[in-house]
Amino acid sequence: MKKNPITYPYILWMVIFTVVPLALILVYSVFTMDSSGIGFTLQHIKRVFEPLYLVVLLRSIRLAVVSTVICLVLGYPVAMILAERHLSKKSILIVLFVIPMWMNFLARTYAWMTLLEKNGLINTALGAIGLPAINILYTDNAVILGMVYNFLPFMVLPIYSVLRKIDSAVIEAAEDLGATPVTTFRRVIFPLSLPGVMSGITMVFMPAVTTFVISRLLGGGQYTLIGNLIEQQFLTTRDWGFGSSLSFILMIFILLTMGIMSRYEKDNEGGGLW
Amino acid sequence: MVIKLLKRMYTLFIFFFLYAPILILVIFSFNNSKSRAHWDGFTFKWYAELFHDQQIMTSLYYTLLIAIIASVVATVIGTAAAIGIHNMRGIQKTFTMNITYLPVLNPDIVTGISLMLLFIFLNIPTGFITMLLAHITFNLPFVILSVLPKLKQLNNQIFDAALDLGASPLTAYKKVILPQIMPGVVTGFLLAFTMSIDDFVISFFTTGSGVSNLAITIYSMARRGINPKINALLTLMFVSILLLLILINNRMSREDERKEKLT
Amino acid sequence: MKKTARGVLSCVALTILVLALAGCGGQKKSTLKVYNWGDYIDKSVLESFEKQTGINVIYDEFATNEDMYVKLKAGGSDYDVAIPSDYMIRRMISENMLQPIDFNNIPNYQYIDERFKNLAYDGKNQYSVPYMWGTVGILYNKKMVSEPVDSWRILWDEKYKKQILMLDSQRDAIGITLKMLGYSLNTKNQKELDEAKEMLIKQKPLVLAYVGDEVKDKMIGNEAALSVVWSGDAIFMKKENPDLEYVIPKEGSNLWFDAMVIPKNGKNKKEAEQFINYMCSTEIAYKNADFIGYSTPHSDARKKLPPELTSDRSVYPEKEDVKNSEVFEDLADSLPLYDKIWTEIKSK
Repeated sequence: MKKNPITYPYILWMVIFTVVPLALILVYSVFTMDSSGIGFTLQHIKRVFEPLYLVVLLRSIRLAVVSTVICLVLGYPVAMILAERHLSKKSILIVLFVIPMWMNFLARTYAWMTLLEKNGLINTALGAIGLPAINILYTDNAVILGMVYNFLPFMVLPIYSVLRKIDSAVIEAAEDLGATPVTTFRRVIFPLSLPGVMSGITMVFMPAVTTFVISRLLGGGQYTLIGNLIEQQFLTTRDWGFGSSLSFILMIFILLTMGIMSRYEKDNEGGGLW
Repeated sequence: MVIKLLKRMYTLFIFFFLYAPILILVIFSFNNSKSRAHWDGFTFKWYAELFHDQQIMTSLYYTLLIAIIASVVATVIGTAAAIGIHNMRGIQKTFTMNITYLPVLNPDIVTGISLMLLFIFLNIPTGFITMLLAHITFNLPFVILSVLPKLKQLNNQIFDAALDLGASPLTAYKKVILPQIMPGVVTGFLLAFTMSIDDFVISFFTTGSGVSNLAITIYSMARRGINPKINALLTLMFVSILLLLILINNRMSREDERKEKLT
Repeated sequence: MKKTARGVLSCVALTILVLALAGCGGQKKSTLKVYNWGDYIDKSVLESFEKQTGINVIYDEFATNEDMYVKLKAGGSDYDVAIPSDYMIRRMISENMLQPIDFNNIPNYQYIDERFKNLAYDGKNQYSVPYMWGTVGILYNKKMVSEPVDSWRILWDEKYKKQILMLDSQRDAIGITLKMLGYSLNTKNQKELDEAKEMLIKQKPLVLAYVGDEVKDKMIGNEAALSVVWSGDAIFMKKENPDLEYVIPKEGSNLWFDAMVIPKNGKNKKEAEQFINYMCSTEIAYKNADFIGYSTPHSDARKKLPPELTSDRSVYPEKEDVKNSEVFEDLADSLPLYDKIWTEIKSK
């Protein structure tokens, strides 16, 4: 087995700046600290599994899954088109893809409101050509739109970078052997791009579960999401024990799901996330 | 032909989707009213006010500085780490990958407060350096997740072939592996920069007095309404990035032409 | 490619070096670290203070009371002056996070209206000097609401289905509901809170959205008929859209204050008091009140403001207008109770 000294700086970094701090905060989930000393408790962890909070968790996961799927469906063709171009303009186009995300998030989301509002620009435009107004703002659709908008580049870029390098000889070979474009895509291109797709899914799904500002601003704060709940515990309620229990359980849950997913993938493709 | 047109239109649609809100930002930077709710005439006054706002200028400076340093450092460490992780097997790999997911997975508030606790615990005064360390930390996974797929694509024999031909492992990495995974590295850098330039929560909790980035300034403004000065600033940022891109693009195509002439 | 990479790296190295060097020199001048809400001061005031006293001001901003609290509580920052709100001041006092102010060093304190001294959050007036104040009330659009508005009940009127904007803040939303029901907005009584919860769940189908800071643009843009807002913002909104009107409901409301305090971690108490005194001088208090547009507790500064503003009783309510209103107290151990209620409402 090869030694990997090249990862040591990284592992050291992550242990100091991720594992240790996380341990510092997760301590709150099972220990209570008061004047009488330090005690062990499972009440916070138990509380996470109350139906009230499970509803919140499931809702967040559902929204994140839907957004991830839409990002993939919208993003994959874009990545393909961008990767196809035989120009030096390719890299410029890919930069153009992320620039909108460099503008402040809050300002961008406010701009979306200007577009989507009842008296917003989209409805004004629809009215001008005699079409009925649409009502998107303050629905789940607006939340999903916001998530897709903010996470799309995180899906497109990794897929693009993988597709760019797929040997055109492989594709031509498939076509020569009589494969239709659909078959070529299904049997050759897509499987080869799978590592990029997995990275994209990871980078969209994971942050999407815990985001909540989008749902607060575009969804009208109608529903508490898990990220919201966690933030509330750390700031408003000052219940760090419950807050860190929530994030702890969420962490375990998602890592396990990812683990199972990649195990399944490994059987089929080899490689994958783990 | 039809397919080509469809592709064109689809790309256009996606770019329109991405740029629609940016267009709104730009338009409202010229709005006379402080509210984005109605148009109240054309003005340049927000631009004038922007240049007199020392605080916004300072936070812009810190934002760019931190974003550049953090994404460069994260790209270097992250690319190396990705190569190492790629060579790992079994439990070792599982462990490292799960650590990698943590900053992506955790809500910003948890990452932010936990890092703040760490810095206080280690007695490091919060400020520029601590904010930078935090940014590098949450940037790293994005670099790794971008580089890993490229490595999986790689033909492992190339590396061995280079070694057989007498290259040292370092040279082999530099001359053989790196060029192959470059698109992934660039992608990783871009995503890291994107994360860094627009982070509020983690930055807020890890910075100290006197150092603030644009996101902190803008979020703090929200209670009183985001000042159109911010729209003016974002417009200027946007325009200068576009100009820079056009400049680079022109130079690149000129180089291409020169190469073509040579051949 | 390689050349650019090297160029970028050396640039980075150089900037780090420059920054490190810049950090070393010039520590002679005394400094003052101020922590305030965003856009909540006329910046020229800071400059004139620096010029007059020779004190170097480091000025930072926060977005919410809670954000500020977590940072100060953790002990990593050493601000000399902060400007939190009432309930947060109460909490900070009870957690021993503030230094008592020596009012002998703040002669300008005499200009603060007697009405605003010794309030519940700082009963003996040892720790805080009020900066801005206001109420929470209903802002409505006269074109959409023709009946007289004087009670919180209108926010439960079916007629205005999907035209109501509620505040997305557990304390405020539950607080006004308690007021409507005739209870104290600082209650810790489970039965009263359950009643408020039922009301809010009943109200939810009528609510267009639970909003925060973006409410201003919504109301100006005629997006909703009724909303719950802070009086300070109401002044701005009324100016931008003359159809809007603000009322303090008869059941009473929340009286809020943002006040200057000196955190325990601060190292420059003398300069901090100097700063607070400066902020209370008539000219400066006027400048800030004029810039921010909120109501000032400074009686002389108020006289300098335009009379049409200061005579508006929704902006500067008299004592009898707010006789049912209360100041928020720190809920301490009952906070999780409020949080749970809020989550229950928001998961329905």
